[in-house]
Amino acid sequence: MEDSTPSPISHQLSTIWDALASVPDPEIPVVSITDMGMVRDVTVGDAGRVTVTFTPTFSGCPALHVIRDSIEQAVRDLGVTDVEVRSTLTPPWTTDWIGDDARERLRQYGIAPPAPTGEGQLIQLDAEPTRCPRCGSLNVRMTASFGPTLCKRMYVCDACKEPFEGFKSV
Amino acid sequence: MTTTPTELTDTQTQALLLKLTVLADDEIILAHRNGEWTGHAPILEEDIALANIAQDELGHAGLYLSLAQTLGGSDPDRVAFWRGPDDYLNTRLVELPKGDWAFTMVRQFLYDTSEALWLEAATRSTYAPLAEIAAKAVREEKFHVQHTALWVERLALGTPESERRTQAALTELWPHAAQLFQPVEGEAELTASGILPDLNAVHARWSDLVTRHLVDRCGLTLPDAPATQPGRDTHTEHLAPLLEEMQRVARQHPDAEVW
Repeated sequence: MEDSTPSPISHQLSTIWDALASVPDPEIPVVSITDMGMVRDVTVGDAGRVTVTFTPTFSGCPALHVIRDSIEQAVRDLGVTDVEVRSTLTPPWTTDWIGDDARERLRQYGIAPPAPTGEGQLIQLDAEPTRCPRCGSLNVRMTASFGPTLCKRMYVCDACKEPFEGFKSV
Repeated sequence: MTTTPTELTDTQTQALLLKLTVLADDEIILAHRNGEWTGHAPILEEDIALANIAQDELGHAGLYLSLAQTLGGSDPDRVAFWRGPDDYLNTRLVELPKGDWAFTMVRQFLYDTSEALWLEAATRSTYAPLAEIAAKAVREEKFHVQHTALWVERLALGTPESERRTQAALTELWPHAAQLFQPVEGEAELTASGILPDLNAVHARWSDLVTRHLVDRCGLTLPDAPATQPGRDTHTEHLAPLLEEMQRVARQHPDAEVW
């Protein structure tokens, strides 16, 4: 439903979102922070102040300050001088916000995308089913329930014998 | 949820500040103990896992202390690095030396299950900022519980040696675990207002959960626990050296912008 004459504000908003879509996730550069669903809100105030609200993936993520700086820089690069970057915990980040396109790029990169979270029990000892990102087999074994970053775990595929990383469903 | 924002009285604010501090202190001290395994864990994957878990716990401490700061508390870095053993209010459970692998896993299991159940209850807090933190942290904590529950089972049902060590760890740790459920001063009023979870209810759920896992599933024996425990201001001789190491860099470089 495109307006034939978009208002300056809405035009500016889409430009800002486009700029944020080019900010890579510092730890998984094949996806952007908008692909990951980390950018929750962008507003442009009356005086031209741009406020970007983002949510952390994991509370202990060491890349948070990098992401915050990258967001601010991406908006400044558009010529905006007044930028505020806020963080929010609500609603808490979930891997369900990762889009289909980004999931496919994760898979091609060799990371098994996260399964839907569903309404899992709090205390469950079995992990969600995971498919090998290379050959598609479900015949995989988790070799470590934590991985090189907080959001991933380690697997090996018993069909094609490749080790791979898989996203946790959060 | 459409609850109106909870206005805290001065008494409630002080009690909540204290509660957030003791929660953060447990996370910080346990994270440091887990960090001591970095480079020394039995296998590389576990080295990484324990570092991940420690990182999550520090993240939770950061959330608690940031909220405390909005209630009048000090800067989180100052709270973590500039208080001595007389001011830390962590449980003795988390300050005991890391011991062997069984000791570390049993302690982490006892702690993770208590934290997960407390957080799950705290998601229903009438104080929205706390409910938000709990909703965030509980999602991370469930991975810890999965991991440590599996390790305790593996060790308890493994070899005679691993079983002996796991039972020895449980025997030493169990009397300290009840301290996790000691209320802070003023906590009863916060519970009555729905700001904090009912600690007795969480304790009962925890006892049921860990008994089912440790006794029914893993065949371990729960020792007797003393009826009363000294408070969180009473520490073992192990806390002071831990803090000395943990705080050394921050105190040597008080003007550093990033540690």
